[in-house]
Amino acid sequence: MNIYVLMKKTFDTEEKIQINGGVIEDEGAEYIINPYDEYAIEEAIKIRDEHGGEVTVVTVGDEESEKQLRTALAMGADKAVLINTEEDLEEGDQYTTVRVLEAYFADQEVDIILAGNVAIDEASGQVGPRLADRLDIPYVTTITELNIDGDTVNIVRDVEGDEEKIETSLPLLVTCQQGLNEPRYPSLPGIMKAKKKPLEELEIDDLDLDEDDVEAKTETVKVFLPPEKEAGKVLEGETDEQVKELVSLLKSEAKVL
Amino acid sequence: MTKILAFAELKDGEIRNVSFETVAAARQIDESAEVVAVVLGSQNVEDAANQMIQYGADRAVTVTHDLLANYTSDGYTQAAMAVIEQEDPDGLVMGHTSAGKDLSPRIASKLDNGLVSDITGIEGDQFVRPIYSGKAFEKKTIKDGKTFVTIRPNNIAPLEQDGGRSGDITSLEVDIKDLRTIIKEVVRKASDGVDLSEANIIVAGGRGVKSEEGFEPLYELADVLGAAVGASRGACDAGYCDYSLQIGQTGKVVTPDLYIACGISGAIQHLAGMSNSKVIVAINKDPEANIFNVADYGIVGDLFDVVPKLTEELKALQVK
Ligand SMILES: Cc1cc2nc3c(=O)[nH]c(=O)nc-3n(C[C@H](O)[C@H](O)[C@H](O)COP(=O)(O)OP(=O)(O)OC[C@H]3O[C@@H](n4cnc5c(N)ncnc54)[C@H](O)[C@@H]3O)c2cc1C
Ligand SMILES: Cc1cc2nc3c(=O)[nH]c(=O)nc-3n(C[C@H](O)[C@H](O)[C@H](O)COP(=O)(O)OP(=O)(O)OC[C@H]3O[C@@H](n4cnc5c(N)ncnc54)[C@H](O)[C@@H]3O)c2cc1C
Repeated sequence: MNIYVLMKKTFDTEEKIQINGGVIEDEGAEYIINPYDEYAIEEAIKIRDEHGGEVTVVTVGDEESEKQLRTALAMGADKAVLINTEEDLEEGDQYTTVRVLEAYFADQEVDIILAGNVAIDEASGQVGPRLADRLDIPYVTTITELNIDGDTVNIVRDVEGDEEKIETSLPLLVTCQQGLNEPRYPSLPGIMKAKKKPLEELEIDDLDLDEDDVEAKTETVKVFLPPEKEAGKVLEGETDEQVKELVSLLKSEAKVL
Repeated sequence: MTKILAFAELKDGEIRNVSFETVAAARQIDESAEVVAVVLGSQNVEDAANQMIQYGADRAVTVTHDLLANYTSDGYTQAAMAVIEQEDPDGLVMGHTSAGKDLSPRIASKLDNGLVSDITGIEGDQFVRPIYSGKAFEKKTIKDGKTFVTIRPNNIAPLEQDGGRSGDITSLEVDIKDLRTIIKEVVRKASDGVDLSEANIIVAGGRGVKSEEGFEPLYELADVLGAAVGASRGACDAGYCDYSLQIGQTGKVVTPDLYIACGISGAIQHLAGMSNSKVIVAINKDPEANIFNVADYGIVGDLFDVVPKLTEELKALQVK
């Protein structure tokens, strides 16, 4: 089975956000694998262990993405592909990323592609469905259970808390939701092995693309921080008084009752 | 004149509030635009179309088909694309709901168009959206092509309903077929009451609630307020409630007018789902808890003491 995972690196969830020169300061930031992509990697490994085949983790990124790719290999993926756009592209958006991925997948035999539900930084959730459309394969988003039996795939998907049971078939793209599995931590032997696993690096030129082919359709005009929240009011006194004051504040000051 | 399609969303034949917000968003994008409501479904479609018009749409196009009873990517793409091809709009607005999130990127791909997802504000041709889990915001534009956005529920106020307003409703026949994903069963797990992502008031419980029974006082408070009940992942992980209630980075993102956090410490991943709420109340026994840093009003105390008293106080107020 040819199993692919789409992976994006994101800021560590604990990272504070600062803006410098109109963009988000990334100097010295700690990166992690996008948490939803960890579910995708874990599920891909499970599928391979059950059905055989190979797990390839693909990212569109830069030099520094190698670290997260190695982590994915240490978890148990077999191969990694870094499509490095650092030299060739200044700007991009979801369209850009998908055009690049589409060109990569044009030459691959695919049974299943696993992506995250969203990336927690830009968080559009567009990449999975857009790519599936380009590749003309079905997709199912926010999955919490996956069973493959021959060409038939049974899926449970989360729909705002409700569950949908779905039947579909390979080839397929899915996006992974929390609850799908518990991603494993890389083991020490896993980390040692990962160093020797293949990591292929490509540039857009290798995919027969040039800058114009992937020109973004959207533009970021401004990035800004939310206004500092004024320190809230901690209410004083006995519980009865606090509760009375709260209700009166919610009514007359906040006007939400 | 520009033409903007505002997509309604039906759930079990009931129109969702976010539908009316898409009409308001279309008007904000271009005051003078012709706003055309699009209603796709299997039942009550005509009624929903009328409501969209009462909430400000100029006319409506509907597609009614048995295969549109539940959302599927293939079925809804075929129906939506048929309407888009007929209308050739300058703009499209959908809700950033489970269905809208699934459908919009595929439509954008088919149109070879940009898409700005999950917006919370509109300033001319610039769209405001939270990034990095609400720790920052960006303004985006679409360089060329159609204006295409999805709106986060509860952020763009609907227009006032005008019961006397009328407009054309036309129905479009679409031959929907070859669905590649088949829905076998839908298991309703989300609470019956108020829809969490559209609720104006949310009472949320964390690990501090301590047990399933511990959620009782929260439900009683929610009852008095007409609120929905939500939870932190701490509470879900501990098995006090279903994961369908989880709010945060990996759960639901909510923007109610009032968010009451009970026994929730305020981890960054939880804040990601609720920090844009208009007013936040924190009830926590630890004065150092991080939730107090985002709260407008805080009560340091035992939630099992505070919450029932709050319920009583609100009940008394309603009697008056
Ligand atoms: C040179 C360049 C500059 C860019 N600059 C910007 C910018 O300033 N602002 C901006 O918004 N975007 C920019 N992008 C695009 C950005 O890298 C993301 O790929 C894109 O924005 C999608 O992000 P998202 O958070 O919306 O992903 P989502 O659609 O939310 O991600 C969902 C899933 O898709 C997959 N996925 C997403 N991105 C990638 C990826 N890069 N590689 C592999 N799989 C992926 C993952 O599985 C992820 O979980 C740029 C791209 C390039 C090439
Ligand atoms: C990748 C990732 C994604 C995550 N996604 C989410 C997410 O989507 N949503 C989410 O919520 N979390 C998420 N988390 C988990 C998050 O980090 C926290 O662990 C979680 O939010 C803690 O839940 P809590 O506040 O209920 O529990 P705790 O942190 O244990 O807090 C309990 C609080 O209750 C107070 N308390 C105890 N008893 C009482 C009492 N009787 N009266 C009043 N107060 C009392 C305590 O003082 C304490 O502050 C995620 C974590 C990771 C790593």
